[in-house]
Formats: sequence, C-alpha cells, structure tokens
Amino acid sequence: MIYLKNSKTHYGLVTILLHWIMAIIVIGMFFLGDYMVDLDYYDQWYHTAPWWHKSIGGIVFMLLLIRLFWRFINSTPEPLQAHKKWESSTAKAVHILFYILLFFICVSGYFISTAKGVGIEFFAWFDIPPITTLSETNADIVGGIHDISTQVLLLLVALHALAAFKHHFINKDKTLVRIINPEKSIGK
Amino acid sequence: MKIIYTAFIALSLMASTAMADDYVIDNKGMHASIQFKISHLGYSWLWGRFNDFDGHFSYDKDSPESTKIEVTIKTNSIDSNHAERDKHLRGEDFLNVAKFPQAKFVSTSFVQNEDGSGIMKGEFTLNGVTNPIAIDIKFIGEGKDPWGGYRIGFEGTSRIALADFNILKNIGPASKELDLIFSIEGVRK
Repeated sequence: MIYLKNSKTHYGLVTILLHWIMAIIVIGMFFLGDYMVDLDYYDQWYHTAPWWHKSIGGIVFMLLLIRLFWRFINSTPEPLQAHKKWESSTAKAVHILFYILLFFICVSGYFISTAKGVGIEFFAWFDIPPITTLSETNADIVGGIHDISTQVLLLLVALHALAAFKHHFINKDKTLVRIINPEKSIGK
Repeated sequence: MKIIYTAFIALSLMASTAMADDYVIDNKGMHASIQFKISHLGYSWLWGRFNDFDGHFSYDKDSPESTKIEVTIKTNSIDSNHAERDKHLRGEDFLNVAKFPQAKFVSTSFVQNEDGSGIMKGEFTLNGVTNPIAIDIKFIGEGKDPWGGYRIGFEGTSRIALADFNILKNIGPASKELDLIFSIEGVRK
C-alpha cells in the first residue's frame, strides 16, 4: 500500500516528493546562482538568470513552509535499528540544519533584492512586495549570509548523500530505499 | 639674516591664507551632491550618486590661485537607485568598498578665468588608486543667506577612465569613462 502520510517506519508519498523536488531545485539553484554572479554584462543570460533564480527562490520558500508544516502535523519515521546512535543523531542534526539554512538562504536572498524597497518579480505573475529597506552595510551583510550559508548547505548535501550511499552500498540497509519507495512494507 | 627671511616668508604665507575665507560643504542641509553619469551601452545615461560625503574649501576672490578644496566620499553610499546593481558596485568588480571605504579629492592648483569659471587640478583617490584629475569649474553664485550666513556655490565636472582607477570589469566599449558632477554649496565658517 502507498500512503500519503508518514508512519513510524516509512516515509509517505508527500514527504518523498517534497524531499526530491526540493533536492533537485535547491542543488540546481546553487549552481544557477554560482553561474549567474560571474556572468559577463553582455551575456544573454545576464538579466534572465537572476530573474529565474529569484522566482524559483520564491517557490523554494513556499515548499520549505509546506514541508515544515507537513513535518509538524505528521509523524517522523524512527531511525532504523541498524543505525548507530551517533549516526541517527548526526543525521537528525543535519536535517534540522537543512531547514535552518534554507530559511536563512531564502530570507537573505529576498533582502538582497528588496534592499532598496522595490519588490521581486515572481515569474511574470506578480511582485513579492518589500517589507523594509536596508542600509548598504546591512545589504552587504545579508549578501554574505546568502553566500556562506549556501556553501555550507551544499557541503551538508554532499555529506547527507554520501551517508545515504554508505548505508545503501556498505551497510546494505533500507536508509536510501525508505526515501524512494513509499510502500509501507519497506520499513519492516 | 636667513632666519629673518624665512620668518618673513612664513608670516606672509600665513597672512595670505588668513585672507581666504574657509567654507564647509553644506552636507547637513544637503545643498550639495556628488553624482556620476555613465553611458549605458551607448544609448542613454545612467545616473548615480554618492550620498555620504563631506569636505571643506578655502577661497579668496583676490587670489583664486590659492583656492584649496578637500572632499572625502564614503564609497559604500553609492546609489544608482537599484539594490542589486548598488551591491555589485560596492563589490570587488567595482569600488571594493570593504577594502577602500573612502574616495578623496585633494586640490593641487586652481586657475580661474575672468567669468569665474576655471580648472581645478588635484589628486583623486578611488578604489585605492590615486590619479591626478582636472575638474572644470563653473561658479554658480554667492551671497548672504536668509539665516545670517554666507554661501558660495559652484559646479565641477570631470571625466575619468575606470581603468585608471583599476576598475577593470568590462561593461562595454561605450562605458569605459564616466563623468563626475560635483554640485557644491559651501557655508562660510
């Protein structure tokens, strides 16, 4: 049986979809951001790349809120019995750091672009309004937060993925399969 | 004899500087601005300004060649009315404000024409690089203000090349130089 919600032993379809959709978007956004800040002024993508980055950033923030809400009203599967204590506590710390970093990245990105009190165009649909203006110094600090937290995030993503592969290929447990297959029987 | 001669020179120098009036640039009432314009692709002017600056000058109508001016600009106050562009301008591609928070102009000579206009030469420091520049000066007016003070105003323009100040980011062949526009009102001290 496929369930939408999580149980004590398995991840439901909603969590699995949120996990992978965000993984793809967030990793893509890292490289898009890294690419766009070094674009030449005469590059065709000079204006379009940041436009996509900012619009997609709005989606990431919405997905983050949905994900936190979903986590809050839902149960979280318990760590697999095969996991050592330090493994499951490290994994949990990394998960929480993901949420915190993503929150800071979204918010700082928003403040970079709205520092002068002008909103952000969300696709060609509507403007995300500014809530405040920032001094030059604060705008640069916010830029630094965006830069550093995205780099820390990517390092943690690599660690997270390596740990998943290690469990799958070396320990041969269900860690990776649980987040791919929503079948309830999988966790047993 | 030599000592007396030196003392005489020193005294006469002091006397001549004492004749000049000292002015402070009115940045409190903001009757001054430091702006720039640079070509965008060759199709239009992009205007921006520095919001935070201060300076002072001395000017004596009878010996304009003794005019002196010093202006300092906080480079992180660059404002082109666009958050992301301003952030870029503050960064390493342009003004490097974290490393070089201050730009500065210190005059070295002034030659005034009959009509009050003139050429002000001096050392301009921007992005950590100091170069001599020449500023075309136009006198705008002077006189008493309604609040018991005395004011004098002028406008200066100068064209500088970005590469001279180690700003090497390529923003196109039409945008290698920019015009600085100093609109200055001084209040007599």
